[in-house]
Amino acid sequence: MLNYIWGGLVLLSVGSALLFGNGDALGSAIVESGADAVQLLLTLAGVMALWSGMMKIAEESGLTKILARMFAPVLRLLFPRLPPDGEAFGCITMNITANLLGLGNTATPLGIQAMRALDKLNGGSDIASDEMVIFVVINTASLQLMPTMLASLRQTAGSAEPFAILAPVWISSACALAVALSIAVGLNRRHRL
Amino acid sequence: MMALVMPLFAAAIVLFGLIRRVAVFDVFIRGAKEGLQALAGIAPTLIGLLFAVGLLRASGAADALCTFVAPAAERLGFPPEIIPMALLRPVSGSGSTALLLSVFDECGPDSFAGQVASVLAGASETTFYAITLYFGAIRVKHIRHTMLAAIAADLTAWVMSVVTVRLFFF
Repeated sequence: MLNYIWGGLVLLSVGSALLFGNGDALGSAIVESGADAVQLLLTLAGVMALWSGMMKIAEESGLTKILARMFAPVLRLLFPRLPPDGEAFGCITMNITANLLGLGNTATPLGIQAMRALDKLNGGSDIASDEMVIFVVINTASLQLMPTMLASLRQTAGSAEPFAILAPVWISSACALAVALSIAVGLNRRHRL
Repeated sequence: MMALVMPLFAAAIVLFGLIRRVAVFDVFIRGAKEGLQALAGIAPTLIGLLFAVGLLRASGAADALCTFVAPAAERLGFPPEIIPMALLRPVSGSGSTALLLSVFDECGPDSFAGQVASVLAGASETTFYAITLYFGAIRVKHIRHTMLAAIAADLTAWVMSVVTVRLFFF
């Protein structure tokens, strides 16, 4: 999909540069955009290394596990039919906690493991179970306590208050999650009746 | 006040690590290495997309597209500058990051468009990527109402990003 989007963008740009007579600007943009991108990557490198390192400490010190235990009762309400001590529920709580902390690299393998466990409970069927729908929907709504990456990008761009967006982000993602879950749970129930 | 959020968050993690007798610096180095590897992985994507976005803006095509969709977007109160980012967000994480940065570049991170773009980036996910990845991993073909619920979440994030930014800043 990105192949067509990217190819389309390049062709569209060259086409419209010819149309609008912006050939000169395009010529310098070709050289500059590469340099700008590398500049940006250098800034990102520092930020990503720093926060990945911090989050690794959070993980190894057991902070993630403590948080997972705190969230478990809430998640029980969404997955009442899963065995509470089973692999599926364990992976689900760990995946969601990792997402909350912004540990994308940790969350994805845990999520796939959770899906495999749910698949086993579902008898390897090629139709998604209720739990799968709810779990994937939670993963498509972004719930993050500290959007450190986003704040760092804002700071790099010269924002006076990089963290000012914290409350709006929380409210917006909570609403998005609430809508997605009501639809998922509502339709799950209707299909069961 | 808000400037202290990140340093305090970092300090809390380090303190907890020390209390739990974690070799904090060694672990930090390991994590930082993973972060750099992840960045090296997305670097070519980011360069390629920033290149395309740079061309699009220099050629005048971006302006032309904006004037085309601006009236409809403005009617809905949605800043037209962030439409490309909003559309790419469900498909590609690094791609939408590139477009988020170009919004910052063009309008400034504290402008209305910059704030809405930030909130949208923080409140939505790479929906289609996640769905393909998770269901693909276990070869489930019939995903029932997953897509409907996920798209509803994205649309809610679009609306709420504008609503909350208006409420908090403008």
